[in-house]
Amino acid sequence: MKKIAIAAAVAGAALFASSGTLAQSRDQIRIVGSSTVFPFSTAVAEEFGRSSNFKTPIVESTGSGGGLKLFCSGIGTNHPDITNASRRIKKSEVELCAQNGVTNIVEVKIGFDGIVIASDKSAPDMSLTLRDLYLALAAKIPAPGTEGGLGNMIANPNRTWADVNPELPNRPIVVLGPPPTSGTRDAFNELAIEGGCETFSGMKALKKTDSGSYKALCRGIREDSAFVEAGENDNLIVQKLQANHEAVGIFGFSFLDQNADALKAFPVAAEGDEPQAPTFEAISDGAYPISRSLFFYVKKAHVDVVPGIREFLAEFTNDQAWGDFGYLADRGLIPLSEEERAKYRAEAKALTNLSLD
Amino acid sequence: MSNTKEFKPTDWGSPEMQARTRRRYRRDRNFKAMGVSAVLLAALFLFLLIGKIARDGAMGFLQTSIDIDVTFSEEILGDPRAMSAEAFEDHVRQANMIRLLDEALTTEFPEVTSRRDRRSLIRMISGGAREQLRTMVLETPAIVGSTRTVRLLAADDIDQLRKGKIDAAEEEANRKVKDKELAWYRKLDEEGRVSLNFHTRFFTSGDSRDPELAGIWGATMGSALTLVVTLFIAFPVGVLTAIYLEEFAPQNRLTDIIEININNLAAVPSIVFGLLGLAVFLGVMHLPRSAPVVGGLTLALMTLPTIIISARASIKAVPPSIRDAARGLGASPMQVVFHHVVPLAMPGILTGTIIGMAQALGETAPLLMIGMVAFIVDIPGGFTDAATALPVQIFLWADSPERAFVEKTSAAILVLLTFLIAMNGLAIWLRQKFERQW
Repeated sequence: MKKIAIAAAVAGAALFASSGTLAQSRDQIRIVGSSTVFPFSTAVAEEFGRSSNFKTPIVESTGSGGGLKLFCSGIGTNHPDITNASRRIKKSEVELCAQNGVTNIVEVKIGFDGIVIASDKSAPDMSLTLRDLYLALAAKIPAPGTEGGLGNMIANPNRTWADVNPELPNRPIVVLGPPPTSGTRDAFNELAIEGGCETFSGMKALKKTDSGSYKALCRGIREDSAFVEAGENDNLIVQKLQANHEAVGIFGFSFLDQNADALKAFPVAAEGDEPQAPTFEAISDGAYPISRSLFFYVKKAHVDVVPGIREFLAEFTNDQAWGDFGYLADRGLIPLSEEERAKYRAEAKALTNLSLD
Repeated sequence: MSNTKEFKPTDWGSPEMQARTRRRYRRDRNFKAMGVSAVLLAALFLFLLIGKIARDGAMGFLQTSIDIDVTFSEEILGDPRAMSAEAFEDHVRQANMIRLLDEALTTEFPEVTSRRDRRSLIRMISGGAREQLRTMVLETPAIVGSTRTVRLLAADDIDQLRKGKIDAAEEEANRKVKDKELAWYRKLDEEGRVSLNFHTRFFTSGDSRDPELAGIWGATMGSALTLVVTLFIAFPVGVLTAIYLEEFAPQNRLTDIIEININNLAAVPSIVFGLLGLAVFLGVMHLPRSAPVVGGLTLALMTLPTIIISARASIKAVPPSIRDAARGLGASPMQVVFHHVVPLAMPGILTGTIIGMAQALGETAPLLMIGMVAFIVDIPGGFTDAATALPVQIFLWADSPERAFVEKTSAAILVLLTFLIAMNGLAIWLRQKFERQW
């Protein structure tokens, strides 16, 4: 018995020791980052693995922020080669990268994603403006009759959509949305909530004088029962909408695309614009107000060290993948315009360094 | 006899006493009824849960195929008789299998001529068809020049249509399968070319973004490799700790502290072990990310307390008389432990270990931190290859937008449940077979 136990312990220790030495080289691309870009990145990775002689890249879904943190943690095979992001890299992140020796980064914009506001099919139609969304979901809103500003804010009293705007149906506000860790939430706060907030002149004035409290007031989402954080899983939101017909969900366009038979998306209007339904066309030409760009970033120091990065970039920026009728469009990615595609394809080919201006 | 008979307080015939007895029986009955309803309620929930998963999952084991007459034309594939085997293989690898498919579908649907329609026609067949055709040609080069009926996997939308998950009565704009495709599908169906078969690929392939190509073999291998590492670390360390603490360690403050810590560790949320794994195995030791060896080590830390606690309990359950008898016959402390106590405690130790392993098999949270929650297509072949695990695969599929992944998720849950039931069954069997009553 004892011998067996010791043998097992020794075998375990040997396993331990041997694995350390194997960590040095890597022949497989490693990608981390946004869960929104994950379905697209994995589709390209799989196609790349199938059609080339390189191994299929490993794609992890860590969220945009988490991905950039890993990406910027250093150079070497223990660090990822590419990170996906559902927002642009921040200045602070570029600085963090530089601190750790990651100085040459290639940025590739891959397309757009619309954030849709949808309900079960049986729900009555609503046409929303960004202002409606702000008044329904912000933590604090300007007191009635005022145009906002620091002194005029009250805790959001609105319980029904009709409270927000008399033209909307008299149904309780129950919104299922992503948690604060999600890139979708960041984008929604910035594009929809802040977009609606800006329509108040008092808030606009505040932006110039005190941008700190402007940001806090214009991006804060209410924390009572009207806004429910439904987790990162968009499928779960879709299922909950089908179970609760009063609820309204916030999620990515690809999930609407897959569930168009069960869900109804509400048209959204920017200030002074016509309401736009979140269709493929409206998102790609920018008419739909809540859409954002998707990116990935490549560590230049790893190109030619980890085999296949150049070829992977070529596969991703091929029109067969990200073009108007490419396989990524089938999966719900909204392609860039022809000119932008040409620009980023050329940059990816030449490995042009990122410049934030 | 008078009806106002005098009763003593302890007399069973007295009305008070009878009322008391009745009350006691009633309480008994109520308690039993509550117990039974609690069990029934639990059983009902379990039944609903498993029933729903089984209903969804059953379809996940089936897959729609379409029989297509493919002409393996020499023009596209090259002539195997005219060139060397290697040259032919190269040629086939370069060849555009889509053209083969395009020609086959054009023969089937001569009326479809526009480029766009032909593309949608090809999209009814899974993207895996290229690989399937290529493998066929490489295996039997003689096939070139002939026409064969090949059973190709249908794309996920067509599969969902066949399974009734896409409603053909729905408005076209809201339907994934458009009217044209529906007409083509119906034509194929009338010709008897569409069939629903058992999907072996689900058990033999790795992950894929196409539901019809996705399989659980990669995740199963990842889980197996991870558990091997876990077992190799956790079992010896856990058992030796338990033996030492139970049989040799002096009772003092230090051992008390160790004991409290072990019991505490058993209740620590598993994500904490993931953070520990990230900091130590990846941060300090620089082991590869996403590797089963790291997952195994992390899960070993998580399972250790379970194994130690159950091993200690079963060692404690060996009666002291066994130890006394062995000592009386002149056995050394070591001999007492390894010749007598441990063999008798083994069934209990193994049961605890298996339950600990089953727990490790179902764990995702610690793996998230060390990069095992990832899209990995290749089947892992060693302890340092990137891998996922079964529960992680379920998590990833549950989060995929494609509708067909819903049934794949349920099917994978059924597979995981089968493994768990098998492991727990083994634990029960071991206990029944080897346990001794004192």
